[in-house]
Formats: sequence, structure tokens, C-alpha cells
Amino acid sequence: VTYCNRTHKERHLRANDREFNLSFKYANNAIKTSKYNVFTFLPLNLFEQFQRLANAYFVFLLILQLIPQISSLSWFTTVVPLLLVLSITLAKDLSDDITRHKNDNHVNNRKVEVLINGELKSEKWMNVQVGDIVKLENNEFVTADLLLLSSSEPLNLIYIETAELDGLVSNRFIKYSISILYISGEVRCEPPNNRLDKFTGTLTMRGETFALDNERILLRGCTLRNTEWCFGLVVFGGPDTKLMQNSGKSVFKRTSIDHLMNVLVMFIFGFLAFMCTILSIGNAIWEYQEGNSFITFLPRADGANASLSAFLTFWSYVIILNTVVPISLYVSVEILRLGNSYFIDWDRKMYHVKSDTPAQARTTTLNEELGQIKYIFSDKTGTLTQNIMTFNRCSINGKSYGKSSKKKVDFSWNPLADPKFCFHDHKLVEVVKSGSPEVQAFFRLLALCHTVMPEEKTEGELFYQAQSPDEGALVTAARNFGFVFRSRTPETISLVEMGVPTTYELLAVLDFNNVRKRMSVIVRSPEGKLTLFCKGADTIIYERLHPSSSKLMEVTTEHLNEYAGEGLRTLALAYKDLDEDEFEKWKERHHEASTSLEDREAKLDTIYEEIEKDLLLLGASAVEDKLQDGVPQTIEQLAKADIKIWVLTGDKQETAENIGYSCNMLREEMKEIFIVAANTAEEVREELVNARKKMSPESGDEPPIEKSRLLGKKSQVVEDEKVDGEYGLVINGHSLAFALQKDMQLELLRTACMCQAVICCRVTPLQKAQVVELVKKHKKAVTLAIGDGANDVSMIKTAHIGVGISGQEGMQAVLSSDFSFAQFRYLQRLLLVHGRWSYLRMCKFLRYFFYKNFTFTFVHFWYGFFCGFSAQTVYDEWFITLYNLVYTALPVIGLSIFDQDVNDRWSFQYPQLYAPGQLNQYFSKMAFARILLHSCYSSLVLFFIPWAAMCDTVRDDGKDIADYQSFALLAQTCLLIAVSVQMGLDTYYWTAVNQFFLWGSLSVYFAVTFTMYSNGMYLIFTSSFPFIGTARNSLNQPNVWLTIFLTTILCILPVVAKRFLFIQLKPTINDKVRHKVRQAKAVPPPLPRKFPRRRISTRRSGYAFSHARGYGDLVTSGRFLRIPVKSRPALFPHTDTPVADSTPQTYRTIFEEAQSP
Amino acid sequence: MKNEGEASEQPDNTAFTQQQLPAWQPILSAGIVIPGFLIIGLAFLGIGIGLFLTSQTIQVLEMDYTGVEKDSPCFQCTIQSVQNCTCEVTFSLSALFTGPVFFYYGLSNYFQNFRKYGVSKDYYQLTGDTQYFKSPRDVCFPYSHDSKNNPIVPCGAIANSMFNDTFELYQIINGTKKKVPLDGKGISWWTDFNIKYRNPSSVNGSFASAFDGTVKPINWPKAAYELDLTDPNNNGFLNQDFLVWMRRAALPQFRKLYRRITEGDYAGGLPAGNYSLTVHYNYPVLSFDGRKKLVFSNVSWMGGKNDFLGIAYLVVGSLCVVMSVVMLIVYAKFKFSDDDDA
Repeated sequence: VTYCNRTHKERHLRANDREFNLSFKYANNAIKTSKYNVFTFLPLNLFEQFQRLANAYFVFLLILQLIPQISSLSWFTTVVPLLLVLSITLAKDLSDDITRHKNDNHVNNRKVEVLINGELKSEKWMNVQVGDIVKLENNEFVTADLLLLSSSEPLNLIYIETAELDGLVSNRFIKYSISILYISGEVRCEPPNNRLDKFTGTLTMRGETFALDNERILLRGCTLRNTEWCFGLVVFGGPDTKLMQNSGKSVFKRTSIDHLMNVLVMFIFGFLAFMCTILSIGNAIWEYQEGNSFITFLPRADGANASLSAFLTFWSYVIILNTVVPISLYVSVEILRLGNSYFIDWDRKMYHVKSDTPAQARTTTLNEELGQIKYIFSDKTGTLTQNIMTFNRCSINGKSYGKSSKKKVDFSWNPLADPKFCFHDHKLVEVVKSGSPEVQAFFRLLALCHTVMPEEKTEGELFYQAQSPDEGALVTAARNFGFVFRSRTPETISLVEMGVPTTYELLAVLDFNNVRKRMSVIVRSPEGKLTLFCKGADTIIYERLHPSSSKLMEVTTEHLNEYAGEGLRTLALAYKDLDEDEFEKWKERHHEASTSLEDREAKLDTIYEEIEKDLLLLGASAVEDKLQDGVPQTIEQLAKADIKIWVLTGDKQETAENIGYSCNMLREEMKEIFIVAANTAEEVREELVNARKKMSPESGDEPPIEKSRLLGKKSQVVEDEKVDGEYGLVINGHSLAFALQKDMQLELLRTACMCQAVICCRVTPLQKAQVVELVKKHKKAVTLAIGDGANDVSMIKTAHIGVGISGQEGMQAVLSSDFSFAQFRYLQRLLLVHGRWSYLRMCKFLRYFFYKNFTFTFVHFWYGFFCGFSAQTVYDEWFITLYNLVYTALPVIGLSIFDQDVNDRWSFQYPQLYAPGQLNQYFSKMAFARILLHSCYSSLVLFFIPWAAMCDTVRDDGKDIADYQSFALLAQTCLLIAVSVQMGLDTYYWTAVNQFFLWGSLSVYFAVTFTMYSNGMYLIFTSSFPFIGTARNSLNQPNVWLTIFLTTILCILPVVAKRFLFIQLKPTINDKVRHKVRQAKAVPPPLPRKFPRRRISTRRSGYAFSHARGYGDLVTSGRFLRIPVKSRPALFPHTDTPVADSTPQTYRTIFEEAQSP
Repeated sequence: MKNEGEASEQPDNTAFTQQQLPAWQPILSAGIVIPGFLIIGLAFLGIGIGLFLTSQTIQVLEMDYTGVEKDSPCFQCTIQSVQNCTCEVTFSLSALFTGPVFFYYGLSNYFQNFRKYGVSKDYYQLTGDTQYFKSPRDVCFPYSHDSKNNPIVPCGAIANSMFNDTFELYQIINGTKKKVPLDGKGISWWTDFNIKYRNPSSVNGSFASAFDGTVKPINWPKAAYELDLTDPNNNGFLNQDFLVWMRRAALPQFRKLYRRITEGDYAGGLPAGNYSLTVHYNYPVLSFDGRKKLVFSNVSWMGGKNDFLGIAYLVVGSLCVVMSVVMLIVYAKFKFSDDDDA
């Protein structure tokens, strides 16, 4: 719901001053997502519906039918379908809107405490005004977009869960608040907008002005967690909140079939005009030659002549032949897409038990496109990997631990151990318990050298807030092995070492950054010993080791290689005892550097470098970046289905490559894996071209471009190029930036598309979207993007289909996705089973639907030549009305909801079955042309066989049977039976429902026909049912049935013969597999084999840090020192002006922020 | 997302939701298709032979009496000035024309299926609803009112254009004409006679007064209640000839039942000999190149004579047999190998 803001550019509000704020007429906190109310529903909804082309066309036909000179069909033939279509949509919209109303009411009536006149009062959400100060308690939803004022937690942090709206990746993230409760300040800020990551404004208080940024804004849609309470000032309410500003603006995606359908419908309109023109010309000729003389029996209306008659006939035929433009098509397509979406929602094999998350089709209009995917763009963290790091192996003092044995280590001896932690090597515990100094030093290092924030709500229950999961894993490992990191102050780190509380003095944190690839801490032990602990990438640490460690280094390197071979992320650990004097001198220099205003970073780096040398190696840790379950198998399956997988990750190249191997994307059997990591545009181009030439020496310099013009839109489509063998491509972020430039992007596209697997590292969210856009724009292929985090949103929205991984922390990806499920591995089921079936069903549906409607209509065309082009219908008007709605509706829906060529297990067994979808084989313009010809043939049979059979013939009692009504009945019965049998021929999968629908529809036809042609109906509705007695008089004639039988056989047998011959001569993959299924009827296919974890030769990723900077600053920052450690006493209700103890700190915080560059 | 205490989100495990409904999955295998074609082909050949032979047994005698050609007996009637023209068509049968014999009149190039012609009648009038006698429906225009604005009953183009040639059939035995009795009862559909069309109820015992205030259709020589002066029950909308005419034909060439020959000496058919047909030539068709003909025919279980159906069955049947042979050859020669990996 967009909300039009008033003309104010800036928002101005005063805390706790309702009168002042109300003068601006800002929206209050009530939200309205519903579209209609009781009175507006019908008119508004109808108005919207008539804006659709299909419905407008109906109305146009209706108007034509009301003109007596033109009307060739009764009004009900149009009104009945129109009413049905309208009421189906009406019902759907109504139920949607009722749900929205309920949600709105539920949300608007939530209660929150608001500070009014110095007292907290409970208010409904919808009554909260801009400028109010509200108090939130733990686990409450955030009422509106708030400016944080104060919280119960130290540092004035709060923890929130971003369930509905995810600005950041982490589950709980920290907001700095201004610790003030009662302010009389004024806020000026930006007008409402939808940017979640940006906020600008100022707070003026007691004459001073402070800048406000996003860090201080708490957005509606979050939930307060682990925070007793907090106070906030309402800045944006209701429709102005960023959540609401963001909703409802999603891009409307349409499938390629939709586009094709639109083109075809346009073509059909043209075709309709063409047929009507021919018939009206025919009419003109007939009127001229015959009609003139036939006036003996049929005089013309006054002033009519051949040309006027032809003109009217044109429109009369528009009415009669309108069924070629299948209006009920759109409704039916929506119904069957909805059905197929439900099957996705219902699939137990895509339901994740652990997180209790079923798969969800959030967009119900894209299903068949799932069966046409050619490129998958995947995020890595959280999608391919679980984003869970487990401490798996370690090498301490030349001994490797952690070689898995079945039994889990029992950590019950350690009361502070994390019960979720598993380790499989008992030896290590024994060594720790026995007091080996190296092992203890190893874990002490892990417990001290990090920037993790501990949280201990209740005694003994520790939670770590780690900046990267690697760090969390390492600190947790130390914790379980008896070196428990318990709490930190800016100056100390408190551990419990083998049950003994020990406090270390934290003297310096030499923080991590991308260049250093290591971090160190300098601590003073209770005994007064100064030690530097350092952990980092092995290559970096090795350069800084004391020569005495060289022997140990060799052994450790061997272990590192082994770990890397298992796909683990490794870190080398080292320490160094420091001299008091030496440290003091260094500290001075450090202070100098850290306060210098120029080149502070560089100076600090040099200072750090000085002290991080002559280290003594302790060992190495190996952390497993756990893949999601079944990822390698899924990737192999998708690769077999000829789907190309591109991983777009923010990770470093080594990490990404490593994951590429461990999840089977990059394979040893690939001919070559190209790595593009260049620093200039020219080098990047060169590397890309070289790679391409290697893959396909004959490929030319100019990209093979297929220029296609679609409705005036020019598009450059790069064709696929042939490549022998499989290749992989790894490109880093820097090179990607060059490659995505306008003049090089086609080069990138060509090279990358020739590779089986592409990995892009260090990409930004924007680049992710650019890459997807590039492929989408220049390849005639359907793309799918899958991801879990906010950084994937852009690519999820860009790709044809976006898939979100749900059931984890962030919801933003899911919210903007079209499909969501809990595990990457469900992707293969979504594509290879649901997608394939949906595509198959949609195409079958379209082919059949067009066929039945064309056949139906063309018979009218042929009849035109025998009835003086008078727009006389062949069929009974009721048949025309009910043909699409009743007689053929259910069977075709049954076909397109239940049909499957082979079941899911065979679909997995033969991923190649997916290929026809990628190549658009089942429904294309060619297929459409074939349908047209087929319909043409069928309609010829359906008209001329009855024509010839009935010509001059009589009943077996000599009475009339060649009359119009009998002929109409015969023609429509032939048609219905022929298309029903055709339907049977198209059905691969005959469930009881299909049988019921098909036979049911035929029985309904006969029942309805006999009813409508009965005496009773005629006596009641005389003019509506003039066909009285026709059914009785003609369907008891053997020659009528022989004619029906003959037409059916003539319509069907050529199709059977053609299909059979094609199966023999040019079997498709589908035919082959179906044949196999038939042969293996008794034997179900073997389950997909489990393949062992591959060993990766010598690739090693030495990184346990993510690339983002974390809390390092915070840990060591000055303000940290001034914060009382324990949470402050709850301020309310002891005092209603609890300003005193927190105000000064607020000032300083803001002040400092304002000062720092 | 998750609400504690709420049931698990796990989808139901039913064959329907899991798309595992038991199903029959036929495929077009050689074992079905080839024998299928053969069986259908043979069956068609059988039916075709039956139909064809049946059709051959049906005797048909057609005579065009439009009178276009100068030597045609009805030529003089085509001259417009001639009123109440009668002409005589003679024919001879060399063998018995097996009874019951049906006597049809046929028209060609006559567009009873023209849309505006077809709708030009008033169903309510024809059910005897006198309310509609006064104000016929608009679809009857221009045959709803005469020039003096009197309502026409029965209104509309179909009724107005009712076929009004009449025929008498004589067998010529030794130079004398012996009238062949023609049976005009029950030649229309039972439903038309009993349900669809109803006469207005008599007013004061007089059937004709039910039509008071209305005029006869313009082309009709007599009013609807005077159609058959010999049989009072064969009048109004229930006149058999009227009913037959009102069942309009599907195609521009059609024949309509005129009489049956079922009585007396001719119950077994028309014996060999010479016959003479007296035609009261009233119906103009020449203006639009129409043709009129007389047809004598008998019927079989498959209705009137129609060779097409039998021939079509024979052709389709033989094509099916040929096709099955072709498919067998193709199957034997080219069937795709099962071992190659799909």
C-alpha cells in the first residue's frame, strides 16, 4: 500500500507534545492493508475486473449481442460465462480482503504502554501518535518506527529479532540507543521512505543538536528479545513506517508462457478478424448472387444491401467465433497454477521437520517456469552451507586430534559446557585434564583471543554473540574443554580455567582486518605474565614464527593439508611471552599511532607488525563450515539436468572455491577450472578470452548474437556455444566489477555460460543482481536465484524466480521470494518434480485448451459456406454456453492438476527429463501452429463427415433427420466425444478423479441435453429451449451413432499413428523413460545413490573470519569504559523523571559520534 | 512464524496431497497400437460392407420437376402468368418398388438454414398462445403484420414460405388411372405434433374464431385453420405438412417427407408398371435457381439411402489395416533399443 505523503519535505516532531505533532497531521499508527470496505467492495472490484482485457472483451461481445441486426447468439451465451468468471474472482478477492481486514484489526488492537502526561498508559496500537514515547517489553513487537531512547541493558544496547523484516543477517542485532527517557527535544528527520538501511535526522535538545542515524532507529516489524525493556519515540507511524512503505511494492513477475500467451492471444485476435473477413466477403458475394433472388422468401430489411449485410455479418461472426479467443483460459490457468502451488505447499518431502517449515509457494503464478530453469544463482552462506561452524579437528604441538570415532565425548565434568557441542576424540579431553601445558595454552588462546560478547542471563547459561560463526565455534570449543570465557569488561577478560575463575587483564586488541588476516590480544595473567596471543591464516602466521618452531611447523603443515583436504577451514595459533619494558615502549608508540590523525590505519598496522613477530606456534584449529544436508547430491542432480549453477558469494575466493569442491560444483574430473583474478580491466578481458579460447578454440571474437525483435523491443540474445567437456570458472569480486562493465559484460557472459559451474566471490548484493540481470537479458533462458539473507534480496527480485530459504533467521529473502523452503536440497524436488510437472501440465493444458476451442470454432467457419454466410451457429446455443464451462472444464483441469509422465522417483532417476522444459519444447509458437493445423483437420472431419452422412438421409421411419436441430445435435455430440477422446489420449496419468471427470462430463452432457430437450423444459421456458425432442428423435438412430463413431475414429487414429511412429522413429527422452517405467513396473528405481564425501587434494582455505568487521571497536572503545557493567535498576515506576543518571552518557555518546570522522 | 501449542505445520500425508493417487498409466506401446489398428480396421471393414450393402438395397427414384428444360413436363408452369398450373410427370417402374414407400419433395439451393430465416418464427404463437396472435414477436419481421398492420398468424418467414405444391399419384393400368392412396398422417415428429406445436383452443366451439383479428401469411392461399379441408384435425399449427416444413433443414439441399404409401393395394410397395404424377405447381423457386424434385424411396434400419457412410467405413477400415502393417514394419525395423541409456 503506497502512502502519498504530504508536501512536507521534512518531518518535524516534538516528543511528548501531541498537540504540536497533531498539527502536522502525520499518519497515526493504524494500518490498513485491506483494499475494500463493505460499500466499496462490489463497485471497486468490478471496476478493477473490467479493466482486464478478457473481461472487457466479454462486455464488448455482450454489447454486440444486444444489437438485433448483429446478434447471432443469445445474450446468455456471454452473460453466463462472464458472471461465472466475475464471481470466481469476486469470491477470491473477497476472501483475501477479509483475511486482510482480520489481520489489520488484530494488529491495530495490540496494546502498548505509552507515556502520556508523565504516566504510562496502555493504548491500542492504532491510537499511538507520532511523537509519543512508548515502552516496549521483552518479546513484544515493535509498535512503530521508533527512535530509541533508553534500554535496560548495559551499553544501552537492545537485542531484536528481525522476523518480519530483515535489515541485517543476524538474528539479534544491536542498536545503540540514546539513553534518555523523558526528553522535551524536537526531532527533524527525513520524510517517510522505504529504505531500511538509512535514516537521517537531527535531535535538538536543550539547545544542542545531534545527528541521528539508522543505528538509533528501531523499525516496526522487529521483536524485542533478551532486553527487559526499552523506551522509544515514535517517528513514523502506521502507513509511514518503513515496513509498510516496503510492502506491496514487489515486482510483478510473469512467466514466459504468459508472454507467449499474450502474443498468441494477439495473434488469435488477428486470426479471428481474418476469418470474419473471409466470411463477410463470402456473405457479400452470397448476398449479391443468391440473396438478391432469395428475397421471395426472405426479404431484406429496408435499405439493406450486400455491403451492409457483409458489414453486419462481420460482427455477427465475431460473436460466433469468439471462442477462439479463449476467455476462460485465464481463469483456468489461474486455477491450475493455484492447484500446483498447493501441491508444493503440501509436499511432505519438502517439509523440514527440525524447523517445522513446509515449503511455500508464495507466488502462485510462476509454477510452470520452475520446469524451465537453465541458470541457478545461489548464495553460499546459509544456502549451501548452514552457517554453522563446528570445531572438528585440531593439531596441538604436533599431535592431531579429532579423527572421528563414533562416540561423542562426554562433557558432563564441565558444568559450564555447551550441551550442543560435539566432539569425537576422547584423547583430547584426557590430555586437557592431565594438564598438558601446550594443550591448555591452546585453549586459553581460543578463550582469550577473540571479540565475542558473552551474555549470561542466568547463572551458568552462557550465550556468545559472535561476529562470525567461526569465532563462536572456537570460543565454544575452548569453553567445553574447560577454558570458559565468562565475561569481559573493557580491561579484563574473565575465564573459568578448568573450574578455577581467572581474570586476565586485557591490555590491547590488535584487531583483524582483511590485509592482516590475523588478530592478536595482549593480556596480563593473574600471575602478572604478559602474553600475546595470535591466531590467523597459516601462511601469515608462519611468516612471523620464531625459528625454534620450524620443526613443529612442518608437522602442523601436514595436518593443515589433511584438514584442508577434508574441506575444513583452518587457523594457525601462536603465542609469545612479552617483556614488561618492551611492552611499555610499544604501548606508547601504539598510543601515539592510535591518536594520530593522519594515516592512522597504516601507522597502526606497522605498530602491530612490530610486536607480532617471533611467535611460538601452538598448533592449528580446523573448523567445518557445515554444508546443508544433501547439497552435493542436489548439485549433481541439477547439473545432470543441464542446469548451470552459479554461486554468488560474499566470501573470499579460497573459501568459496573450497565450498565449490565440497559441494560437488567443481569436480576433479573437470577439464580445467579457470580462475579470473586480475587487477585491471585489460587483464580481466584477456583472462576471459583465454579461457574461452581454451574451451572452444573456434569460437569467434564476435559473440553469436541472435537478434530478435519482440513487439518493437530490441533484445540481444547471445546464443549458446558448443564446448567439449566440463569447465569451471572462479572470478573474484574485483575482476567481476571490471567484467560487468558495459563493454566487457558480453565477454563475461560468453565465457561463463560455457562453463558448467561459475563461482563469483566477494560480490556485493548489487553485483549479484547485475549478474542475474546480465544473464536474464542476454540469454534466452529462465533464471532462478536462491538465497537466505537480506543481501540476496536484490538478486531474488531480479531473477525470473526467486527462492528464499526459510526457517532460519532472516525473513527478508523469504518475503521477497516466490517460493520458499527450509533446505537447499529441496530445490531439486521443486525443479525436477514440481517444476517439471507444472510445466508439463501447463503445456498440456494450453495445447488441449487451444485445440478444443479451435476445433469447436472452426466447425462454425465451415458451416458458414453452407448457410449463406449468415452467421448461423452449428450448435445449440446452450451447448455453446456450456461447452467451455461445464462439458470440458473439469476434465481439462483434472488433466492439468493430476497429470504426471513419470513419478517423482523416476524424475530423480532421469534428470535429463528436465531438458524439454529448458528448450521450450512443449509449448511454443511452433506447437501452436501444429495445434492450429490439428484443429483444422479435426474440424473438417467434424463438419464434413456429419454433412455427408446426413445429406438427403432420413430416419429409419422415413421422417426428417437432416433438419437443422438434429444436425446441430449430431455435430456437437461428435465434437464433444472427439475432444474427450483426444483428452484421454493426452492423459498420461489416469487417476480415479480423471476418470470421474471425463466420464462424468460426458454423462452430464447427455443428461443436460436430454433435460434441455425435454417436454417439461420447453413447456416452462418455451423460447429458450426450442430443441425439444431432438435428442430423442435422432440419438435413437443407428446411422447417427455410426457417424459419431466414424468422426471420433477419424479424429483420433491419425494422432495415435503419428505419436506411435514418432515414438518408434524419434523417441523423446520422455518416451524412453516411460518405456523404461513400463518395463520396470514391478521394480521401482533404485534410490539415488549416496556418494562419499570427496577428498580434495591440496586446496586449503585458511580463513576463519568473515570479511566484515565486528565488535572489535566496541570492545576496546573508550565509551565502553564508562558503562556500568550490570544492568541498571529498572527506572520505572520509582521515578517519573528518570533523567538524571543516564543523561550525561547520552550526551557523550552523541557528541563523540558527531566528532569522529 | 511458529506458534507454540499450535499443531505442527507438517502437511497431511494423503495420496492426494502427495500426488501419489493410484493411477492407470497407459502408453502407446506396439502391443496395443498395432493390434488395435488391425481390429478397428477389420471392424470398420465389416461395418462398411454391411452399410454399403444395406444402402444398395434401398430403392430411390428421383425426378426433377422444376421445369427448367423446355421438354420438361412442367415447363409451362414456370411461366409466371399461369395461375393454378397443373402438370403431369410420368414414370415407369420395371420392378416392384418395395414398400413402405416414402414420397418426398426435395428442394435445393434453398437456404432454410439462413440465420435470419431460421429465427423468423414465434414459438409462443405456435404453442397456441393467443396473446401472441395479437402481437407477434419482432423476429417475425417483415412477416409479423400485413400492410394494414394486422397481425399475421403464423408469423415469420418460415411459415410464410411453406411449400405448397401438391401431388396426386396414379398408377396407369391399361390406360386408366388408378389413384394411389397417399397417407399424410404421422409424417412429422411425434414431439412436434404432440408437444412443440399446439393449436389455440376453439372459441365458442369454432376453431376458426380463435384466429379472429389475425390474417393469414401473405403467401398462403388459405388461412391456417383451412389448411386441410378434408380433415378438421389436420389444421392449424398441427397440420402435418406445416409441421414438416417448420422443421427447417440443416443444409441448402434437403428433402422433406410428403406422404407415405402404405395403404390398400400398395401396402407392399409400388408394383411394376407406369405411373403418372399430377403436380399442382405453385411454389416458385426459379427466381433463385432453386430446384424441386420428387423422390420415392424406401428405408432400411440405417435410414434412407446414403452410400457415403458405408464407403467411408470401408475406406477408413482399409486405411487402418494398411496403417497397422506400416506400423508393424516400422516397429520391427526401427524400434528404439531399450539398452541405450535414456
